Amino acid sequence: MGYDLMLSAMRYASPTTVAEAVDLLGSDPAARVYAGATDLIPQIRAGRPEPTVMVDLKRIDRLCAIGSNGSTYTVGAAAPTADICGHDGLAADFPGLVEASGLIGSDQIQSRSSWGGNLANASPAADTPPSLIVNDARAVIAGPGGERTVAAADVATGPGQTSLGPGEIIVEFELDQPPARTADAYLRLIPRTEMDIAVVGAAARITLDGDGNVAAAAIALGAVAPTVVRVPDAEAALIGNLPSGEVLGAVEAAAAAATNPIDDKRGTVAYRRQVAGVLARRAVSIAAERAAQQGDQS
Amino acid sequence: MTVTESKPSYKYVGTRPVRHDGLEKVTGRARFAADLNMSGQLHGIVVRSPHAHARIVSIDTSDAEAMDGVKAVITGDDFPAVDPSHRQYDMCINVIARDKVLYEGHAVAAVAASTRDQAQAAAAAVKVEYEVLPAVLTIDQAMAPGAPLLHAHMMTAGANPPAEEPSNISNVTRFSGGELDAGFAEADLVIEREFTTQPVHQGYIEPHACVADTGQDGHTTIWCSSQGHFNVRSSTATLLGWENSRIRVIPAEIGGGFGGKTTIYLEPLAVALSAKAGRPVKMVMTRDEVFRATGPAPGTKLRIKLGVKSDGDLVAGDAYLIYTNGAYAGPGGLLGAMTVFESYKIPNFEIEALDVVINTARSAAYRAPAAPLTAYAMETMLDEIAEELGIDPIDFRIQNAVTEGDPSTMGFPFARIGFVECLEAVRDHPNYKAPLGPNQGRGVAAGYWFNIGESSSATVNLNEDGTATVVTGSPDIGGSRASMALMAAEELGIDVYDIRPVVGDTEAVGFTDVTEGSRATFATGMAVVEACRRMVVELRGRAAKMMGVDVDDIDWMDGQAVYTGSDGEKAPLSVAEITAKAKRTGGPLTATGSLEAHGAGPGFAVHLCDLEVDPETGVVRVVRYTASQDAGTAIHPSYVEGQIQGGVAQGVGWALNEEYIYDSDGVMENPSFLDYRVPVASDLPMIDAIIVEVPNPAHPYGVRGVGETGIVPPIPAVANAIYDATGCRIRDLPMSPIRVLDAITSNGGSNGS
Ligand SMILES: Cc1cc2nc3c(=O)[nH]c(=O)nc-3n(C[C@H](O)[C@H](O)[C@H](O)COP(=O)(O)OP(=O)(O)OC[C@H]3O[C@@H](n4cnc5c(N)ncnc54)[C@H](O)[C@@H]3O)c2cc1C
Repeated sequence: MGYDLMLSAMRYASPTTVAEAVDLLGSDPAARVYAGATDLIPQIRAGRPEPTVMVDLKRIDRLCAIGSNGSTYTVGAAAPTADICGHDGLAADFPGLVEASGLIGSDQIQSRSSWGGNLANASPAADTPPSLIVNDARAVIAGPGGERTVAAADVATGPGQTSLGPGEIIVEFELDQPPARTADAYLRLIPRTEMDIAVVGAAARITLDGDGNVAAAAIALGAVAPTVVRVPDAEAALIGNLPSGEVLGAVEAAAAAATNPIDDKRGTVAYRRQVAGVLARRAVSIAAERAAQQGDQS
Repeated sequence: MTVTESKPSYKYVGTRPVRHDGLEKVTGRARFAADLNMSGQLHGIVVRSPHAHARIVSIDTSDAEAMDGVKAVITGDDFPAVDPSHRQYDMCINVIARDKVLYEGHAVAAVAASTRDQAQAAAAAVKVEYEVLPAVLTIDQAMAPGAPLLHAHMMTAGANPPAEEPSNISNVTRFSGGELDAGFAEADLVIEREFTTQPVHQGYIEPHACVADTGQDGHTTIWCSSQGHFNVRSSTATLLGWENSRIRVIPAEIGGGFGGKTTIYLEPLAVALSAKAGRPVKMVMTRDEVFRATGPAPGTKLRIKLGVKSDGDLVAGDAYLIYTNGAYAGPGGLLGAMTVFESYKIPNFEIEALDVVINTARSAAYRAPAAPLTAYAMETMLDEIAEELGIDPIDFRIQNAVTEGDPSTMGFPFARIGFVECLEAVRDHPNYKAPLGPNQGRGVAAGYWFNIGESSSATVNLNEDGTATVVTGSPDIGGSRASMALMAAEELGIDVYDIRPVVGDTEAVGFTDVTEGSRATFATGMAVVEACRRMVVELRGRAAKMMGVDVDDIDWMDGQAVYTGSDGEKAPLSVAEITAKAKRTGGPLTATGSLEAHGAGPGFAVHLCDLEVDPETGVVRVVRYTASQDAGTAIHPSYVEGQIQGGVAQGVGWALNEEYIYDSDGVMENPSFLDYRVPVASDLPMIDAIIVEVPNPAHPYGVRGVGETGIVPPIPAVANAIYDATGCRIRDLPMSPIRVLDAITSNGGSNGS
């Protein structure tokens, strides 16, 4: 419908190995890899420079696989979020991360969209990075110099900016099986019920001890700073305490204070700050409740 | 659910057949404007102004013309000059700017090339030199002393005393009745409130699109989707300085309009490009262009003062309404003035309404233009008063509602109307008493739209086998084809599926005005009925010939010619039997109806909104919605319900999230459906539609238009429900999470008056 000829100058490549993909990317600075292309194609249509070669990562088995060796899950960077949402093990162990994955777009988008794309696109408002980060996900990165593994938190460095070097791609994510009495949660605020961009996102992961006190906590906020922000003050306030009452108040205050938001068409500084606190508090409560239920079951 | 006054029993009218165009639409076969492709066609792209206000110093098209694949480039100079006094001056200089651009996105040139890519590249190569002028972006800026003028010669129309200096106020409307001061003196309670609202877009899914093919004979054919192809023809002719007869417009299916496709944008450009290139030219807007350059509904500043006696009788109303219709004079203020007090008996009133021009896109009609905003102000104030007086909000409205014989704002008495019936239908519905959960609130509000008649034409052709084709000139934007077929079936006694309802092009059917003002089923329906009645006269005559009897002895009953004379028994003749012998009785059977329809019955609606507010984030979710509306007679109840539900969906979006956001230079910041938030399906519950039927005495089947009234009550219904849930009155649109949370936080739940 008018766009038909728009992509005509581009070439399409579909490597089947990581090495081939790295070669293609390394040999042409204007080549771009994509998984679902649900970020990339809208950006090109909106006027971003056209890549010379579109490198499709979905033909590489390793990038679409989801597996576990019993202690660590490995999730291909191009695996569609629909597969992730349908994976019983992930859903049981990382309910918040899976919820965040399920929020992306619609069924149509879900059949294409990936964690790798969500993270490498480096939008401050992306839904899965806060949850990847509270779960200490690691990204396995392949490049001309071989493979390296970094914390998922270290991939995005600013809006649209990543620490990926020339020719580097994210191959897969590693997630360690969580300890007992541990669960996560993710909440986002959008004015509509779906098909919208987070004004604020909040992920929390809580581990409880046998008495119901918090043994470990991780809280991360999206859309309130150039990159995902952790809230160490809120985490510290939780450790050794029951996740309720004044402690939750401290979480809310610390989360609001940790933000560094901007005023734009989607939200104001004051609103984002206030709501970040609210969502952080709620996410902690939900994660703690889930963790407690796990304790009950075992 | 239908509340029905006693009405004749019909065989087809009031049933719910699958619409004739339904299967084509759900299977994707229906052809919308952008689906048409012609061999040899070029692609046209519009060059648009990046500035909100600027003088065009020069346009250099030479580089663009020299580019690969480029076949034609046009600017304002390719169209005849148009005098500012011309009735359609605004439309003409909006379609293509002449000396000045008046908003970001204003068309300044257009390019046609072999591919869309080439055309886009060439459009980027058209060099326009602008002298940027200070932009006027708000009503306050436009009315400030010494404000930059958009139109150097614009004198306020309707000003008394007459305007001596040009200004950005295009016109003033004043209505009054009774004695305002005496009215307020009588009042026991007087409240005055101010409201502001932002422009919103109609949000139709189908972007504007057309194909124009201009021949060497100087005639052109345009395929496009619009709400009125005769208007496309005459407007295009005006811009080009051509006779109407040189232009044929063939209507494509239309993917939504809501008023936004009652004017034109692309067609004259496509014709001019096609004439210059000697090839067909296709033009399709992007969503970005649709937002920046077409149709928003006006933004407003409204101030209303109401006086009421302690027994609940309204006694005085004073309204000061300012509408901005974007960069050109518009009817917003007039329509606001016509609707603000119309639904209630207010013996003493004064209304002053201004239209103000600012450097934003030219407004177009949007369902019940202007009325949702006056309703927002009025109906939230009535809610406040009812609470203050301790009267149920529906009883309070029933007490003050206009009924048959009451004078309208302009003095005419209302004919039979169904306002009170709509109020009662909601009051008596179980949802009015349904329990509410924590953080939930309930709001009720009413709405009114006057509806219009205008010109319509229809032709009925009987086929050889007794089936029929009904051709009208009304584009079908809401299921009107099915309604035409139902009325024709009722008249002729032919099965509704044996009737093919067709929208004819400008050379296939008589002149028909735009599908607007909820007029298609009302006015074009009248033309269909008229044509069918003529056809019945003809059929009786043919039957009389076939039976060899006097025509006066033939009655038309249940789709058959029945002999009622005394000369023995004669077998009745069906339509199929008569058409089979048509060659021997006088030839083909066709009949037409063309008329100027009068007596469009006003439409009233009453809505009940239940919603839940998250007190910590300000997010509002509608949980239950009940809407009553007087349809007169629902020809096809499903499509009446669809109109009601669609109006609610759009009204809720307008209430909660929709708004144009501009930066400080007047550049639109949210020209996409991601950031211009119309509701998605999951944002709304199933909407309970209650059809009230108080037949319109002026229509053969009692029809009142239903396309517009449904968008009038949702904004105040939502606002009243938010108040019920939070204790906050929000008087600025949209009532977005940010604004709701801000109200909750800053008012601490008090009645922010
Ligand atoms: C309608 C719609 C709704 C959306 N809703 C949401 C939402 O609710 N929440 C949300 O967070 N996002 C949303 N998005 C954005 C998008 O769908 C997500 O960011 C998605 O996860 C991107 O994944 P992808 O595989 O499609 O990325 P792609 O578009 O394929 O890639 C995105 C970027 O990452 C790079 N990239 C991709 N894979 C790799 C890799 N393995 N290694 C290195 N670089 C890589 C690409 O070069 C590109 O720059 C929405 C998009 C659309 C169109």
